[in-house]
Amino acid sequence: MTTLGEVCRLIRSKNAGPFVLTFDLLFATRTDYERAKRAQPLTVARLAKIYRVPESVITLVYHDNAMAIKASMPRPIVQGDLADSDCYGGQQYVPLLEIELE
Amino acid sequence: MDIRVLSPTGVLGAGFKTDSLRRGVQLAPHVIACDAGSTDSGPASLGSGVPKLSREACKRDLRLLLHARAALDIPLIVGSCGTSGRDVGVDWMAGILREIAAEDGLEVRVALIKSDQSTTYVRRRWSEGRIVPLMPAPSITPSIIDASHIVGMMGVEPIAVALEEGADVVLAGRASDAALFAVVPELAGADRGASWHAAKTVECGAACAVVPAADGMIAYIRDGYFEVEPLDPAARCTPLSIAAHTLYENGNPYLLTEPSGVIDTTGATYHAVSDRRVRVCGSRFTPAANYTIKLEGAQCVGFQTIAVGGIRDPQIIARLGELLPHAQHYFDGRVAELFDGRVAQDSYEIDYRVYGRNAVLGAVEPMRGATAHEIGVLITITAPTQELATKIATMVCHVSAHMPVPGYDGIISTMAYPFSPPEIERGAVHRFTLNHVCVPDDPFEMFRTEIVEVGS
Repeated sequence: MTTLGEVCRLIRSKNAGPFVLTFDLLFATRTDYERAKRAQPLTVARLAKIYRVPESVITLVYHDNAMAIKASMPRPIVQGDLADSDCYGGQQYVPLLEIELE
Repeated sequence: MDIRVLSPTGVLGAGFKTDSLRRGVQLAPHVIACDAGSTDSGPASLGSGVPKLSREACKRDLRLLLHARAALDIPLIVGSCGTSGRDVGVDWMAGILREIAAEDGLEVRVALIKSDQSTTYVRRRWSEGRIVPLMPAPSITPSIIDASHIVGMMGVEPIAVALEEGADVVLAGRASDAALFAVVPELAGADRGASWHAAKTVECGAACAVVPAADGMIAYIRDGYFEVEPLDPAARCTPLSIAAHTLYENGNPYLLTEPSGVIDTTGATYHAVSDRRVRVCGSRFTPAANYTIKLEGAQCVGFQTIAVGGIRDPQIIARLGELLPHAQHYFDGRVAELFDGRVAQDSYEIDYRVYGRNAVLGAVEPMRGATAHEIGVLITITAPTQELATKIATMVCHVSAHMPVPGYDGIISTMAYPFSPPEIERGAVHRFTLNHVCVPDDPFEMFRTEIVEVGS
């Protein structure tokens, strides 16, 4: 059993402006990226379930040149609002670490 | 065509190696450009006008860049001055520049480009339907517009005019990061696909290098392609690091919207020219049908007083789920008593953020239900005035330290505060109010340029 956390050289989340949260999963090897591209461990449906947002607001791309999966969605809470716990959106990727590659 | 653009660091005030800048100067760039702001650290800078980085740090970086510019007699462009790019941020940076010029005997022609938007202007454009929401945008009303500090994010055009008028240094208010780096290539008639994608690549300095650093980059804009290389000989760029940089802080890695058009990296290819330098071909720039200026707004939503405490007793940790709501209910009654009904219950907020119990990820937490042996509690009181926030906080902190624990026979202290007093005044708190673009008549109407001679 191999997880995305194991085959990615970097998994991060970040603000793309105050209203959008974006996730980058950068694979360490072309082989593992191609495996992910075939197996599609990360889908819009899966992200919607994890982050509790409608599928219609999520964008997801497999980026060949960067050997990366990139997903974006509206921030559930706008950056810096009273209830926001993560101003940079920087720790929101953690639920992705344990997802199985295949 | 070979236009060389020097990006000394990701944000003015973050620092860079003096050797890197020296190497950059030897490469004879046509412009030095540097961003000095961002919304990334939240709404505070835009709401308050207070810069995020220190005056000393900005002065150190600006001094080195002014001398580099003078040695080459090329323009220096600094955008989004004072973090927010508000008019006060431009004036703040201009004050630093004047001080350096006086200390070092520099003479410079400086363009100050202001980007604050009056509520009158924004309300007018809003009523005309020319304030367009982006996805996702909060809904706005005239009263939200009135309560907000609003800046417009300029494109290349006002900066280009300032350079044509002979400015040595441009201190710009809120500006598109990429525009700062794209303007000189645009004026030289360079390929817009190459120059804009290059601009987007080096805007964060050596953040696109291996290893990412607060340091410099050089971009070479050529016919139909560009090349980038870090200034630090120990750092490298790889095709992968440059391709991956299109992902960073962007919602969409292929289409990056600027005021005058869209940078399209869909067909871009990345090649190693050496083990440190990367060539990028196939980038495109699609001019926009409608010129748009992104608006950023922030308003004050109150004042906060906070306290930090810890809990270690497993009995208390186990019962927190009932103790905290009980305490909160009690507080509302106490506030009503203390202030004799003068403080409405919906005018203040008492919030416990419980670290060790899903405080960071909330409902998304995959380990919901796991029990930590130690808990950190962040108590946050938000109220219409600082005085009121602190008054409520002193009561909340006192009571939180002495929560009656069922089954315990007598009074104990239930919260470990590291500080005396535990209450810390945080000042005004702000929230972002706009994720919209404005459709102006032209690229200039929202910005005001003043040319000043400094040091003469």
